[in-house]
Amino acid sequence: MEDFLNSWGLTAMVFAPLVGAVVMMLIPERDEELHKMVALVASAVSFVIGILLLTNFDYGASGTMQFAVDRSWIDVINARYAIGMDGMSLPLIALTLLVTPLVIIYSWNHIPKPGNAKAFLILMLVLHTGMLGTFVARDLVLFFVFFEVVLLPMYFMIGVWGGEDRLYASIKFFLYTLFGSAFMLVSFLALYWLTGSATFNMVELAERVVDPVEGLSASQQTLLFGGMFLGFGIKVPMFPFHTWLPDAHTQAPTQGSVILAAVLLKLGTYGFVRIALPILPEGAVAWAPWIGLLAVIGIIYGALGCLAQTDMKRLIAFSSVAHMGYVMLGIATLTSFGINAAIFGMVAHGLITGMLFFIAGSVKERYHTLEIKRLGGLLHKDQAPRMGWILAITSMASLGLPGLAGFWGEFPAILAAYNPNAGLNTTVFRIYMVVAAIGTVLAAAYLLWLLQRTAFGEPSEEFVDHPDVHDTVFTEWVAWVPMLILIVVLGFVPGLIFDVTNEPVSIIGDVFKNMSSGAALGSGG
Amino acid sequence: MLALGLLQSLIAQTLLAQTDLEFVRPHIDWHAFAPELILVGWGALVTIVDLVGLDRVRRLIGPLTGIGFLLAMVPVLTLWDLGEEIPRILFDGAYVVDNYALLLKGVFLLSGYVVVLLAGNYMAEGDYYDSEFYQLIAASVLGMLVMTSARDLVTIFIALELVSIPAYMMAAWRKRDLKSNEAGLKYMLMGVFASAILLYGMSLLYGAAADTRLTAIGESLAAADSAPFITLGVLFTIIGFAFKVSAVPFHTWAPDTYEGAPTPLTAFLAVASKAAGFVGLISIIVFAFGDLPELVEPFMWILSAATMTVGNLIALRQDNVVRMLAYSGIAQAGYMLAPLAVYGGQLAEAQQAIVIYLVIYAAMNLGAFAVVIIAARKTRSGDIESFSGMLRWAPGLTTAMTIFLFSLAGIPPMGGFWAKFWVFKVLTDGWELWGTLLALVAAVNSVIAAFYYLNVAKQMWFLPARDGDNSPIIIPPALTAAVAITVIVTLLTGVTGWVPDWADFPAVAAAP
Repeated sequence: MEDFLNSWGLTAMVFAPLVGAVVMMLIPERDEELHKMVALVASAVSFVIGILLLTNFDYGASGTMQFAVDRSWIDVINARYAIGMDGMSLPLIALTLLVTPLVIIYSWNHIPKPGNAKAFLILMLVLHTGMLGTFVARDLVLFFVFFEVVLLPMYFMIGVWGGEDRLYASIKFFLYTLFGSAFMLVSFLALYWLTGSATFNMVELAERVVDPVEGLSASQQTLLFGGMFLGFGIKVPMFPFHTWLPDAHTQAPTQGSVILAAVLLKLGTYGFVRIALPILPEGAVAWAPWIGLLAVIGIIYGALGCLAQTDMKRLIAFSSVAHMGYVMLGIATLTSFGINAAIFGMVAHGLITGMLFFIAGSVKERYHTLEIKRLGGLLHKDQAPRMGWILAITSMASLGLPGLAGFWGEFPAILAAYNPNAGLNTTVFRIYMVVAAIGTVLAAAYLLWLLQRTAFGEPSEEFVDHPDVHDTVFTEWVAWVPMLILIVVLGFVPGLIFDVTNEPVSIIGDVFKNMSSGAALGSGG
Repeated sequence: MLALGLLQSLIAQTLLAQTDLEFVRPHIDWHAFAPELILVGWGALVTIVDLVGLDRVRRLIGPLTGIGFLLAMVPVLTLWDLGEEIPRILFDGAYVVDNYALLLKGVFLLSGYVVVLLAGNYMAEGDYYDSEFYQLIAASVLGMLVMTSARDLVTIFIALELVSIPAYMMAAWRKRDLKSNEAGLKYMLMGVFASAILLYGMSLLYGAAADTRLTAIGESLAAADSAPFITLGVLFTIIGFAFKVSAVPFHTWAPDTYEGAPTPLTAFLAVASKAAGFVGLISIIVFAFGDLPELVEPFMWILSAATMTVGNLIALRQDNVVRMLAYSGIAQAGYMLAPLAVYGGQLAEAQQAIVIYLVIYAAMNLGAFAVVIIAARKTRSGDIESFSGMLRWAPGLTTAMTIFLFSLAGIPPMGGFWAKFWVFKVLTDGWELWGTLLALVAAVNSVIAAFYYLNVAKQMWFLPARDGDNSPIIIPPALTAAVAITVIVTLLTGVTGWVPDWADFPAVAAAP
């Protein structure tokens, strides 16, 4: 068993969904139930293998890559099939493993218009493989391939099963992301050439870049970081590149929105902590103040955007911009404290916002609208009181109430900005901190406002005794309860994640710490 | 006529220079020459069968031609298998069979086979003269086989004409259609014009080197001081090929020809014929202009950047799918030219990148044309909008076309990604200013290109059928086979990140 997990575990986990997708291609379209079954089984297989990996993971050495596999793939450029899992990717892999099966369960009786469960679920499984692959890749080329594989299914998911404006939203999503990726690829290739190391292995590249003799100069690093910034920053999305997100989220079917919020956005932030920061430390130092600036602009802009929305789904989408701002602020401090907070923030945001999109989808299904002013009285006993309470808990978590998961993503990130890494301008980051703190107040404002107008009060006349309005159904419970439990548990026991991430993150944090002290020594000498 | 005249004088000069030599029959390596010989013999046989059997054997000519391509593939494979004993050098170095040539011969034969598969139903149902069509395709493919091994100006020129002249005729095949006549005439006039320019350039090169073999020319040019007539010779040669590969601003014939010609022939022109032009261009640059990067590179840079940008921008505005593919093919040629803008010091890598691109491009573009031909059987239309709702009436075909489109757009895990990857790799090598700039131009262009490829995907996946007709489509087996072959190649090259072994290109290493 151990042997299997060590050599094949991650591979099996990543590709089990793809095998399921291939099987489904051979089944005729009319056997819908069978398709759902196969999809669920495929994602469950992946989940079970994932659980086995998680239980066999050596938590004492979470800073090292475990279950690592390194096989030759494209010899000419020495791009390798190198995968592995460490404490930094573990929480995100776990999140992905959990969310996709839940989304498939939710799809059981929620296949969006115009139907075709076969195509929908095949795309979902391909997406699953792409996301897992991105989190386990240790080779830049492999990473890039998985990173892009994710694009296709999501494009179709938005375009085929999306809302009114789906054509526009899907192409916008695709082109924005592709634009960033193209520049990212140029950066990756430049790394390959400039280091002269003839490898795409992330760790080896990181060692080469800081090599005092053959390493990269600060200006080169800054330039390359710029390319990666475009690739990852658009995916996050960071402030000036965020405009694809509200459209994509609003138009995507519920399942698409959930996956988009829960996992896809994290590919960008994960790229920063896994690739951009460790490989290009000096570039990161040069960019950090600007990333911080864009992050806090995103926080405020996203919050203000929320306050201006009339559509529930669009509001949640804008809240994503704000929340990812906290994650990026944590990363921009370049301290292990901040990056730990960022990873926690990714998981928390994934659970909470994923949950909010689930609710939005179910509201839409019942009320056939998401216009906030037409909704109301969700908690009323004739409407959907249980769903109303779930919305209330999730909103509280989203605004960062202590005791729920959202708190541990935001609060430490803000705190980290008080004391950024030594090379960074403390005053600037303290200003960011204040602005980010104001952002939390705004977050409370828009979420409570949302809750008040949708859940409290009397239902509007058109929905009293409306035949479609009913409370939570079985598949919704199955899909939602695990996420709700995790939101609460992580709120009380944040150590579950911090303990795992701390070791690998402090390796990155130490790089920056040593760099600034080294610089101080240099100038002293 | 001008072209032929120049050719005559060229040959006469060569003969004149050798009059004092005793004639010695050159040694012929029959094995190395077998693919070409088989194709010639088989082509003659098919023609005789056609002459004798007339209408009774009409249906057989297509399959027979296809079998001919597969037969010619046999010696290609056995030669490939020889490993160490390759390259074989024939005719004093004018004709070389190495793994580079063999790989491309394989690609051309397979492309020819796929085109025959595509043409079957089109020709039979359209009531055209079909026997001759196949024989002309075979002739054109023969020219391509010769082109891969040609290392001599005269051989290259003959190969190029052998590729082109049958294509002129085939472009006008739908002779009752004015557009097809326009296609043929335009293609021929531009083609002859290009040949004349090419020949003029070649004659200047010959003047500089007093030899027609590329390696000898390469040595002479490297040793010679720069002179205006050498510059002219180099540029005219490149311009001649630029017409053939439809590089901007020498591309104007391509869209009209592609639209008017029978669609299977369009596929042939856009893939095989263009690739043959590229092979000639690579050979000349690698073996003859290898030491002149400072002269060739700036010209190639402009040509490449203009080709990809103009091709993409015009493709954005097309509403006919064949025209869209034509302009997108122009843009793709721009990417293929890009490595030649930075080949100094990395000749082998530049050649590699282009060859990889050619192979993958052949698969994905032929596949896209196959889908267009199949879809047109139902919709009787070439509009991009006629693809609407295809997910309903042909889900398998939709999947295949999606794979081709994303491959053309360069998205992993399709082959097209690796095609672009290798171009980017060559461009960013060493982080030189001009190479990196061109890489950025290419990056922006691939995003522009994604828009119009996705536009087709949008029609297929997102929109209901234009005429509301969702009745499933019937796909003939030959066309299914064509799609299957191209899908497999596109996916396999993509997932495995296929690269022809560096060592398989000894000619590259030996290049001056």
